[in-house]
Amino acid sequence: MKLKLRKGLSLNIKGALKSGAEAQEVDAGIFAVVPDDFPGFTPKVAVKEGDVVAVGSPLLFDKENPDTKIVSPISGTVKAIVRGERRKIMRVEVARAQVETTAQTFDRPKDHTTAINFLAESGLLVFLRRRPYDIIPRPGDEVRDIFITAIDNAPLAPSLSLLATQLYDKSDFEEAVELLSHTTSGKIYFCRDEEWQLGPLKGTEDVVVEGPYPSGNVGVQIANIKPIDKGDVVWTLDVMTLGRIGRTLRNGVFDSSAVVACVGPEVKEPTLYKSILGAPVQAFVSDNIAEDGRNHRVISGNVFTGVAVDMHNDFIRYPYRQITIIAEGDDVDEFMGWASLSPKKMSQSRTFPGHFLKRMFSPDARLNGGRRAMIMSGEYERVVPIDIIPEYLIKAIISRNIEDMEKLGIYEVAPEDFAAAEYVDTSKLPLQAIVREGLDYLRKELE
Amino acid sequence: MASLRKYLDKIKPKFEPGGKLHALRSVYDGFETFLYTPRTTSPISGAVHIHDSIDSKRTMIIVVLALLPCLFFGMYNTGYQHWLALGDNDFPFWSLLCYGFLTVLPRLLVSYIVGLGIEFISAQIKGEEIQEGYLVTGILIPLICPAELPLWMLAIAVAFAVIFAKEVFGGTGYNIWNVALVARAFLFFAYPAQMSGDKVYVATDAPFGFGEPLSDAFTGATPLGQIATQQGPNINMSGIDGHLIDTWQSFIGLIPGSFGETSMLCILIGALILLAAGVASWRVMLSVFVGGLFMSWIANIFATPLYPVSYVNPLDQIMLGGFAFAAVFMATDPVTGARTKVGKYIYGLLIGMLAIVIRIYNNGYPEGAMLAVLLMNCFAPLIDYCVVHANMRRRTRRLSAKSSSHE
Repeated sequence: MKLKLRKGLSLNIKGALKSGAEAQEVDAGIFAVVPDDFPGFTPKVAVKEGDVVAVGSPLLFDKENPDTKIVSPISGTVKAIVRGERRKIMRVEVARAQVETTAQTFDRPKDHTTAINFLAESGLLVFLRRRPYDIIPRPGDEVRDIFITAIDNAPLAPSLSLLATQLYDKSDFEEAVELLSHTTSGKIYFCRDEEWQLGPLKGTEDVVVEGPYPSGNVGVQIANIKPIDKGDVVWTLDVMTLGRIGRTLRNGVFDSSAVVACVGPEVKEPTLYKSILGAPVQAFVSDNIAEDGRNHRVISGNVFTGVAVDMHNDFIRYPYRQITIIAEGDDVDEFMGWASLSPKKMSQSRTFPGHFLKRMFSPDARLNGGRRAMIMSGEYERVVPIDIIPEYLIKAIISRNIEDMEKLGIYEVAPEDFAAAEYVDTSKLPLQAIVREGLDYLRKELE
Repeated sequence: MASLRKYLDKIKPKFEPGGKLHALRSVYDGFETFLYTPRTTSPISGAVHIHDSIDSKRTMIIVVLALLPCLFFGMYNTGYQHWLALGDNDFPFWSLLCYGFLTVLPRLLVSYIVGLGIEFISAQIKGEEIQEGYLVTGILIPLICPAELPLWMLAIAVAFAVIFAKEVFGGTGYNIWNVALVARAFLFFAYPAQMSGDKVYVATDAPFGFGEPLSDAFTGATPLGQIATQQGPNINMSGIDGHLIDTWQSFIGLIPGSFGETSMLCILIGALILLAAGVASWRVMLSVFVGGLFMSWIANIFATPLYPVSYVNPLDQIMLGGFAFAAVFMATDPVTGARTKVGKYIYGLLIGMLAIVIRIYNNGYPEGAMLAVLLMNCFAPLIDYCVVHANMRRRTRRLSAKSSSHE
């Protein structure tokens, strides 16, 4: 099956990974998991500080579904359980140490129950997502279909084909597909682009997707292949998680390896690193950040959906595959920027000369304007390739009108599907936050 | 530039809560964000980290730019009509322009001072940033009024429009009706004598002592005004000096009319700027013209002496009066217009058709375009409602198809 999408955008930002990049090994002493990375997961600590844990042993339980857990990426001792305001668990840090580990042996799942058990027990379930609500799956879900995306075409994102083949081989993927097939009565769709080298995966509906960002978003793919209706539950994952499931299944040990691309206009040399989930950001960044005296924003993830992290104290966050460094921009005074004719200003709008130039840009983190009411119309729908009317869905969410939200397709979307719209918005509205609030509100009201 | 920044930083504390000039905080903010792009950066999570360089200031300024050809032409034409009425044979370019400039300057100033003043005050009361919507409205209003509209009337109209058509609804982005047109409609209904007739569209004063004042021994009716008093089927329009106005002249725009809306040529240049910049919707613009042409064609087929304007051929119809100006600058206001893709076509078509219907069957009522836009402003939400519900129905149908197949 072929899926061709036209709407969307592609940005030319400096600091992309060069093709054929070789991965460098990076090691560190402390690793951490952050429960905030897993929406829908209400954390309960399973360990105390000083406890000895093996790779794959649980660090946190989900209060609502105690079978669901977040596990340790390495063997070692629990160094700290960091709490924030109102004792909210911010992260659990584990220091590497030599630990006597007995490799867990997982029985090869043969049916629905054992497959779900495996995913929950191994700590891999939280790496998947579930729609509606864009949260972690629940073990009791009746899954209509599963969608796997092997495309990440967000700005500066490393090719998922490249990352996947650094760590996994075809049998990893196919073992995982086999396992997932027990969890759904429907189909497993595998969405990939032309770059994918390994061909169709056995047991999947092969979909070749073409088009600019956000065509790699699994939500966009679902909406254009088989949209989610009220009452449907669909699980989604990326090809890295697929490989992780297969590798864990084959080795019997939680696979915590990760490949991370460090990119962006403010890195010295875009580099690919091989490391472990939850590695400290500093390990990737410390000698690769541009020394130009500017304030930097280090983003774990891409510029659209990532999280800004503290370069010295924070750890790489889900989905553990990209770090982007841009200038913060709070150290510049731009005189009458709104009137600027500088070719350096990046824009989708034809009012900027840069729009017409084939050049690379170095955007910073400024909003580039004040927040306004919605003024321009039709801006969002140009970059949201889903059959919804984004502006009206956003308005329904803001007014907390559940009936309209449902009718306008809130079940089909995740915050990330609105990232491109948020980028182009003249009024600088926080669309992703609005969608996230809407999804959370709906979940609270309806469950 | 650095010293300006330093100065702004130095005086900033005075405008912050507790400062002496706190009551002028919104004014300070307005100027600061006008002079320097705010340093505000994206939140650390749950949002995009980079934003497009476009903001509403730039969008508005593009519209102002697109209006400049009309403004300059209006200055020239005001002078030209004045010289014509004087009976001169000599038309010195700079004098005409200067005359027009001096005529429009006080009106621009009043429009901006009153309008922005109210915006500043309400921004201060609401504790919000000053919004730039009035930058466009402020130049639009003088352009769609007679050149010598009394200043006090203008001030009242602007105040009425900004307060009752905009601020009471929540300010820029929340208004239902086009603010400039509300000001125009207010003038039209409150002071009909000063807004119609065969004298008001030619400037007679000597602004700031420039030029010669004019006696009222001339008739300066607009083409549409003239046609309304004629019998069909042969109709003709003449300029102040009695020469016949043909299609070419109405295209160029050297005819009596509201200050900035006589020249089709300049309006088209403005349209080109708006469309090239991607600021206005081509869907709306195109469909207004299509609707107008279509309706005038129908009316032309069924032309009757009862309604003399129905004899005007379709091409002249869209060039005369405020039609083209409304199509390019008024109908395309995204806030008060239809916002959905399909809705924009319907909205535009109806504006075009209604403008001509009002103009023809209300016997030369020259305000057809204004009333059509205001009327469709009221119905734009309804059009969008229908379009949005069509999308909703697709989804509901999908759901019901599925549940029936399960049974």
